[in-house]
Amino acid sequence: MHIVVCVKQVPDTTDVRIDPETNTLMREGVASIVNPFDTFAVEEALRVREKVGGTVTALSMGPPQADAALRETLAMGVDKAVLLSDRAFAGSDTWATSYTLAMAVRKMDGVDLVICGKQASDGDTAQVGPGLATHLGLPQITYVRKIEAVDAQSITAERLLETGYEVIASPLPCVLTVVKEINEPRLPSLKGKLAARKAEIPTWNAADLDADPARIGLDGSPTKVVKIFTPPPREGGEILTGEPDQIAARLVAKLKDTVLSAAS
Amino acid sequence: MPEPPIKVITQNCVGCGLCVKACPFDAIALNDEKIAVIDLDKCTLCGACLEACKFDAIEMKAREAGADAALDGYCDVWVFAEQTGGHIESVTYELLGEGRKLADALGMNLCAVLLGSGVTDTAAALTERGADTVYVVDRPELEYFQDERYAAVLIELVKRHKPNILLSGATTIGRSLVSRVAVTLNTGLTADCTGLAIDPESRNLLQTRPAFGGNIMATIITPHTRPQMATVRHKVMQEAEVQSGRTGNVSIEAVAASLLEARTRRVRYVPEQESTVNIAEADIIVAGGRGLQKPEHFALLRELAETIGAGIGASRAAVDANWIAYSHQVGQTGKTVCPKLYIACGISGQIQHLAGMSSADVIVAINKDPEAPIFKVATYGIVGDLFQVVPHLTQAFKQALGK
Repeated sequence: MHIVVCVKQVPDTTDVRIDPETNTLMREGVASIVNPFDTFAVEEALRVREKVGGTVTALSMGPPQADAALRETLAMGVDKAVLLSDRAFAGSDTWATSYTLAMAVRKMDGVDLVICGKQASDGDTAQVGPGLATHLGLPQITYVRKIEAVDAQSITAERLLETGYEVIASPLPCVLTVVKEINEPRLPSLKGKLAARKAEIPTWNAADLDADPARIGLDGSPTKVVKIFTPPPREGGEILTGEPDQIAARLVAKLKDTVLSAAS
Repeated sequence: MPEPPIKVITQNCVGCGLCVKACPFDAIALNDEKIAVIDLDKCTLCGACLEACKFDAIEMKAREAGADAALDGYCDVWVFAEQTGGHIESVTYELLGEGRKLADALGMNLCAVLLGSGVTDTAAALTERGADTVYVVDRPELEYFQDERYAAVLIELVKRHKPNILLSGATTIGRSLVSRVAVTLNTGLTADCTGLAIDPESRNLLQTRPAFGGNIMATIITPHTRPQMATVRHKVMQEAEVQSGRTGNVSIEAVAASLLEARTRRVRYVPEQESTVNIAEADIIVAGGRGLQKPEHFALLRELAETIGAGIGASRAAVDANWIAYSHQVGQTGKTVCPKLYIACGISGQIQHLAGMSSADVIVAINKDPEAPIFKVATYGIVGDLFQVVPHLTQAFKQALGK
């Protein structure tokens, strides 16, 4: 079985701070990491491979330095990695990104299963996984919290809903997006890290993908960002002090109306 | 070498560095001559520097304009009416509330799309809340949400009636569905909007959403294609009020059987056992974190939650310790919630947690550590022991609410 796992390099948001004076994002020394949701996708791809055999290819689109994210997946045990990098890809929204990833999946041989994280921690759209499935003309199972069964022809998985979960069966090939609950990603082994350092990661550009120039990057993106701003900080709150029963009484006086209006 | 898509106009640049600070991707630096230089390998053309520059010293090429005249045929504001078992989800009413404002600003009709089985009578609930027309596809194959079928039918209706705007809830179903629709229709989709407005000049939909875990906000447009599509965060927009007796058109739409084919199949559905309140929909959430110390201590929060009709949330620390199911996790790797009241008990308030709840109307934080970051977003902060404060709070609410 050939499994492709899509990963994105993102800024580590634990480090993201707002400069209180200029009210802008402070990025100095902000590390780049593999999107946390994608680490669950990588782990799940490795587990499927362990169960049914085959190959796992990690795929990422990004600037040349996104190579580091792919090396992390190699260290975890992914067999191969491919980087999609071209200045022509800059400015891609989720439409163009999913198109570009789809062109890369098409270029690979006999892909049976594509696994993505449910969303990236910087954009938070959750649109690229389903978009990729659509560009490839494949069925999808989104928000997967467990793979119940998988063989060469089909997959059965639990999709997390707001009100519970549903079990969905799909023929392969198919695209999955996974949530955190699905597994505990393994740590890279020392051997894996050494192999990852030496691994050759091919870079495919727009021409390699035979991509339509009108469908990639800025020109291929139907949406356009017109403004970026920092949300106004929350107004300073009030600290309540005193004995617990007094605090509770004062808080209830303040909140009673909110609770009653919510209940209506 | 083709013209770069973004460039610094060196004669205008004064080297103030505002663009350097504004760039979320660390792609701009000042060179030795104090002129901004953009690293095109890092730049994503997000446009943050254009906003920041006060000297018109950065220029970004516009997307090739297409045949925009073709957009004129697209009218009406559409809302995808999410329903489960014939029950309209409340996010739909929020979309109708917001959709009405947009439709009025554009002088267009507000329409809803209702897909399901045995749902035709339910259309009245949508006209009562402001829909001028409800497009209904009532087929047994649409009994519950299935990605391919719902997408195929929605795409067909859009092609048939050409809406200008199409809104959906940013729910599991909404996000899974409209991503497929937007890609197939070659149009733009903006995720998880918290603000929508019409630009009076261009009449484009201004779609505002948080990014980077809520640290920055972005306003996005879909200038050259229609419909303009967006998913909208639950609980942010005001629900449309019921106008008793209000009626509208109910248009029963026939669709070809081929659109109702699907490769995936639902094997079974298992409702959540733990809590009856879905936290994404809850108006009040009582959430617990590491400060609870033990899984049994969630019982304290459950008692308070039952008293005030709240759902139970949790921090990542509590979920990772297996104290409570993942479906309760609030924050970047869990759910984003926007309740009227959020009571955080023993949650320190890591930035990933704040990303998931800081847009709540009222936030109460109870924590022993006065330095905990949760107090920075709290409307009311209590520096104290939750094991003392929470039972008193439950008791006081019981009295106040006559329970």
